[in-house]
Amino acid sequence: MSNVLVNEKDIVVPGETLAEGMDNLPGEGTYRQGEKILAGRLGLAHIDGRAVKLIPLSGKYNPKRGDTIICKVTDINFSGWRVDTNSAYSAMLSMKDATSDYIQKGADLTQYYSLGEYMVASIVNVTSQKLIDVTMKGPGLHKLKGGRMLEVSPYKVPRIIGKQGSMVSMIKTATNCRIIVGQNGLVWIQGEPDKELLVVRAIKKIEEDSHLSGLTENIKKFLEAESGVKLGE
Amino acid sequence: MVYKKRLDNRGFDEARKIEAKVGVIKKADGSAYFKFGNTWAYAAVYGPRNLFPRFLQDPSKGILRCNYNMMPFSSSEDRVRPGGSRRSKEISRVTAHALLPVLNLDEYPNSVVDVFIELPETEAGSRTAGINAASMALADAGLLMKDLVSSVSVGRVDDKLVVDLDYAEESYPDGPVADIPLAVMPNSGKITLLQMDGLVSKEQLKEVIKMGKKACNQIYEIQKKALKDKYPKHSAGDNNE
Repeated sequence: MSNVLVNEKDIVVPGETLAEGMDNLPGEGTYRQGEKILAGRLGLAHIDGRAVKLIPLSGKYNPKRGDTIICKVTDINFSGWRVDTNSAYSAMLSMKDATSDYIQKGADLTQYYSLGEYMVASIVNVTSQKLIDVTMKGPGLHKLKGGRMLEVSPYKVPRIIGKQGSMVSMIKTATNCRIIVGQNGLVWIQGEPDKELLVVRAIKKIEEDSHLSGLTENIKKFLEAESGVKLGE
Repeated sequence: MVYKKRLDNRGFDEARKIEAKVGVIKKADGSAYFKFGNTWAYAAVYGPRNLFPRFLQDPSKGILRCNYNMMPFSSSEDRVRPGGSRRSKEISRVTAHALLPVLNLDEYPNSVVDVFIELPETEAGSRTAGINAASMALADAGLLMKDLVSSVSVGRVDDKLVVDLDYAEESYPDGPVADIPLAVMPNSGKITLLQMDGLVSKEQLKEVIKMGKKACNQIYEIQKKALKDKYPKHSAGDNNE
């Protein structure tokens, strides 16, 4: 007889028993020990049909293929650029993925991307040894000039973006700033200096209140009060 | 002499007052403090992150580095000389050994998880408090873990077996004393740390382990509560992607 011992959205700690019996399947973040399914990390319980899963609440960014991330050039070598991904591993941006221009052998690569510059890139591949390849070829991938960078928990990124980008476009409308949210938890903001600071405060507020219900409504009120812009539906 | 009553009036199987909190250091990836009476341990976890020097990297899994440090003003006696010592090196090592069995670092090849345990105030039982804090901080950092680790020291004072010795008991003058710190994975009951300073009989040691496991289960409940309290009234939210 199957027996799930936790409720949906319960917070569980590593080693906590989630379900007993063989009728359920251990999903992401869980493991089976004999007849039991146990939690393999700190997270929110999520029951998906027969599978019991855990939604992570905290942790570093884990690079995945297809993610759009914001990264920073840390080194330049013969074949391309090494970029920091805000995770435990750095990524490689090869010359052919960086630009469609013809680059002469031995050319100065800093004219494309120089040390310390930020860019929006997409992850092409991640190997088992966590070697990462990124590309600049794709819609919306470009170098970031000016603005400011903000670091948030990668697990709060979906909250900051909102349903179909509703949250971030609301902030954009209220502050008239350009905002790019990378899946790796880096957020780039560009606009009027005081508006940039307002965006920072709004995003910090989303991060703190992300677990409370009525988040969109609260942030809307906050932005209307702070920016004086009336936000429609 | 017979040890009839504990020096601070606790029950023989009663630990000192325990306090625990998670998420106390903002900049760390995971953090927690754990207090046994006047022994305070703060733990901060950083990582998984890039590991240098490169020869330390392990391509098959991530590694765990622990650092145990008593602050200069932490002792009730002389000032502790700052920096590492023979003692702190040993404790760092046994702490890493106590925590490794629950950690799954296979997903993080060539990287490192750093655990820094700082003790601003100590009065016996510091390594066990450090392990408790570190295990909570590791869970808070979102690492893959099979279980938590709970730790307590059990010992013998004269003819009695007692849980969580304080400094006065550790230096009890009127009889033999043994101090046995142990760490347990509460869900499987497996022991990850067992050290001994002093003399006990085989039967006493068996009893010590039994008492330690019981105390660790109580500590586990406190650790669990502290971790869950970091996320108050976690409701579904209205915008799940």
